[in-house]
Amino acid sequence: MNKKPSIFKSLRLGLIVLFCLIVYAYGFQVTQVSFKEISSQRRQESLTRVLRALARPDLIEYKQEETIIKTSIYVPCPESEIPSIEIDKSKPYLVLTPACSEPRKQIQIEGYNFTPKSDGSLYFIPPSEVNLNLGTFTADEKGYFSVMVKVPPRPDTAVQYIHAVSLQRTGSPILTQTAKDTWGKIVETVFLALLATTLGVIFSVPISFFAARNLMKEVTSTISALSLSILGWPVGIAIGVIVTRWVNNQSDILLNNSWLALLLIIVLCAVIWFIVRWALPQEETQRPKFTLRVVRLITLGISGIMAIMIAIVAAKLTMKAGVSIISPLGVFGFLGTFLSNMGEIIKTIMPLAVGIAVGALVSNMFGKAGKLLYLRINPSLHLIANFILGGLAGATVFITISFLINWFYQINDPFKIYTIPGLIGALCGVALAMWSRKQDAIPTGMAIYYITRTLLNATRAIEALIWVIIFVVWVGIGPFAGVMALSLHTVAALAKLYSEQVESILPGPLEAVRSTGATRLQMIIYSVIPQIIPPYISFTMYRWDINVRMSTIIGFAGGGGIGFLLYQNINLMNYRAASAQMLAIAIVVALMDYLSSYMREKVV
Amino acid sequence: MLRVQNLTKIYEGGVLALDNVNFEVPRGQFLAVIGLSGSGKSTLLRCINRLIEPTSGKVLWNEVDVTAASEEELRLIRRKIGMVFQHFNLVHRSSVLTNVLAGRLGYVNPAWSIINRFPKEDVEKAMKQLARVGIAEKANQRADELSGGQQQRVGIARALMQDPAMILADEPVASLDPVLAHSIMQYLELINKEDGVTVLCSLHFLDLVHRYAHRVIALNEGKLVFDGLPEEIDDNRFKEIYGKDAERVG
Ligand SMILES: Nc1ncnc2c1ncn2[C@@H]1O[C@H](COP(=O)(O)OP(=O)(O)O)[C@@H](O)[C@H]1O
Ligand SMILES: [Mg+2]
Repeated sequence: MNKKPSIFKSLRLGLIVLFCLIVYAYGFQVTQVSFKEISSQRRQESLTRVLRALARPDLIEYKQEETIIKTSIYVPCPESEIPSIEIDKSKPYLVLTPACSEPRKQIQIEGYNFTPKSDGSLYFIPPSEVNLNLGTFTADEKGYFSVMVKVPPRPDTAVQYIHAVSLQRTGSPILTQTAKDTWGKIVETVFLALLATTLGVIFSVPISFFAARNLMKEVTSTISALSLSILGWPVGIAIGVIVTRWVNNQSDILLNNSWLALLLIIVLCAVIWFIVRWALPQEETQRPKFTLRVVRLITLGISGIMAIMIAIVAAKLTMKAGVSIISPLGVFGFLGTFLSNMGEIIKTIMPLAVGIAVGALVSNMFGKAGKLLYLRINPSLHLIANFILGGLAGATVFITISFLINWFYQINDPFKIYTIPGLIGALCGVALAMWSRKQDAIPTGMAIYYITRTLLNATRAIEALIWVIIFVVWVGIGPFAGVMALSLHTVAALAKLYSEQVESILPGPLEAVRSTGATRLQMIIYSVIPQIIPPYISFTMYRWDINVRMSTIIGFAGGGGIGFLLYQNINLMNYRAASAQMLAIAIVVALMDYLSSYMREKVV
Repeated sequence: MLRVQNLTKIYEGGVLALDNVNFEVPRGQFLAVIGLSGSGKSTLLRCINRLIEPTSGKVLWNEVDVTAASEEELRLIRRKIGMVFQHFNLVHRSSVLTNVLAGRLGYVNPAWSIINRFPKEDVEKAMKQLARVGIAEKANQRADELSGGQQQRVGIARALMQDPAMILADEPVASLDPVLAHSIMQYLELINKEDGVTVLCSLHFLDLVHRYAHRVIALNEGKLVFDGLPEEIDDNRFKEIYGKDAERVG
């Protein structure tokens, strides 16, 4: 009974072994494993050369002083006797054996009293005074050396000379140019990683909430609310961008006088403070009347415009101030550059940021209106309203997507890019409205969750080293491209790690805060965030560590940092310089590793 | 007045946790909910403020249909219903004071609470509630530095911050030793008597039921099997509620 299975088993085992064999054999084939190459004489020699160069990183050098010790030689030997020369035996001197020679013969050169362990070169100096290199020497502890050299084919009747040029280190060791360059680049590398990590954290924290199943699962909405919030986005973005443009144009007049602008900022801040205090009372037991709420909304809107004004004026002032303090600050001029850059960044992203903020706000308000709609209108109209709103929203989404597709493929046929997708979208919207008659039926949260996860996974799958190639096209070769690429990868990677932390929080406190009647945002702030702070810090440190590592090689693809230097030196076969950079990388990475584990231990 | 009508909850996996439950609780009553673990006590309490969405049936509170409330309305209902949990459910890394102030989140303007600003009156009120449960001096300590009994008192203070008309207490003393259990139960009793707050409290030990409850309901596999006075639970009733093999201790 038992025999059959066991034969079958061993047969199967044999097949598995055979299969593995084939896999590895094919693996050898495709990866071109070759032990012949490894053991070839030529390869081994170059490996030895490179390894020896790597073992001597080009970091320090000494100022060297040359001393020339001369002695005379006759080539060929004269008929008469060689005039003997007096030798001062307290100084370095050379002894030739024999003292004269035929051309192309070997002679021995011995040196005495040289600086112990010093290096030098030997030259043959014919009457034409060119230096013919005879080789090098290294003195021993007693300052003695002995080398055999071949006399050059330069016969002459006159006396000729042999020079020993001895090199002596003088003074203390100094850093080589390579060391200085390496230092500059390693600083750049560390800051590249720091900036990328910071940017990554700023974006990935909010994203991580959208990628957390436990928070998004409960987010559902009615078809009317969903449709209205979708329709709210373009409306809000348009309002935001238009208002920002308008404010931007108005602000130019104010900026003629910087002090006046500064005063304006202060006054506006105070006004906003009072408006906000009035329009957002801290606690209200009664729901305020409708008219009061509308008035509040309007004043808040006005104060929002004022806030935009403040931001733009402040950004422009910062730019001005930054530029004007660059030269007075001298070495610290980078602070001025930083300020003006920050101003510029704020000014540039203002329309986009305001657009998104107002878009979210309007979408939210429309969504709430959608919920009210259900309660106000006659139930028999629900279905019709759902069809209309669903159709409109579906059309909006599809047209937006096809607009993006058109940007890539340039189809430019309005019928194909607007009419058809619009119709299909409207149909989908109506279909969705038919399918979900019940209130609160559409799992919007899970939809957002899956979309976010998919985008994050796709972004994360592409390494920063590859992203940098795209960013180099956009912002040019240099550390900025590296910062962008690393940031993007950091956002994707951190948002995933963070969201997993959100998913693993204790559900109890969340439930408790929810039961007090808190809003979703309040739940996140009072129950989720306190729980995720330690893991977030620890993952951020971990990521910074990874980013330092990544930024050491991101230069290979043009992303700045020390990798750029390393890549160049390897290509130029300048292995001693490359070795200096590798050493720097090793030190920085090890330090970072230590620092991050230390900090993680401290905070968690 | 709380009215629970035909309340049924079927979990996603198909578990019938509540099976057509009907009962009423008049204002100011101290109602104990008993039953074996897994009988549906937690599910019942959570269906009342819709932390768990009931499958069918109605919950009417002061004639307002909780089960039909919109998200906005639900928040307003929830803020009047305090909740106390078996595992306290405090936010460990936040201070005791912040945990207590969280009870106020349904009242304060969300815009301000985002930047952790509470009105001065709320902070004073929080200190007063902490004093009431006898741990005022712990206000600035981290919540997880407190002992179990102290944490549950913070939980009660948090519920009190809501100015509740009703408190749902889900086995509030199950994780505490008997001496502490009585002190926590006494706070609930005090709140019930002094403030006239309706209390629905699920309990494990019958002696606690006898000592504190005005009335008892019992669940068995999601069905309401008893509704009456604590004294009415004799040996027969006991076996009905807890099963034939159960032995009555004490
Ligand atoms: N989230 C859930 N998903 C599926 N089943 C659940 C869930 N929560 C509780 N249950 C089941 O519902 C029943 C009632 O549980 P519960 O209300 O917690 O009882 P009790 O609080 O009386 O111990 C149990 O059988 C339990 O296994
Ligand atoms: Mg329970």
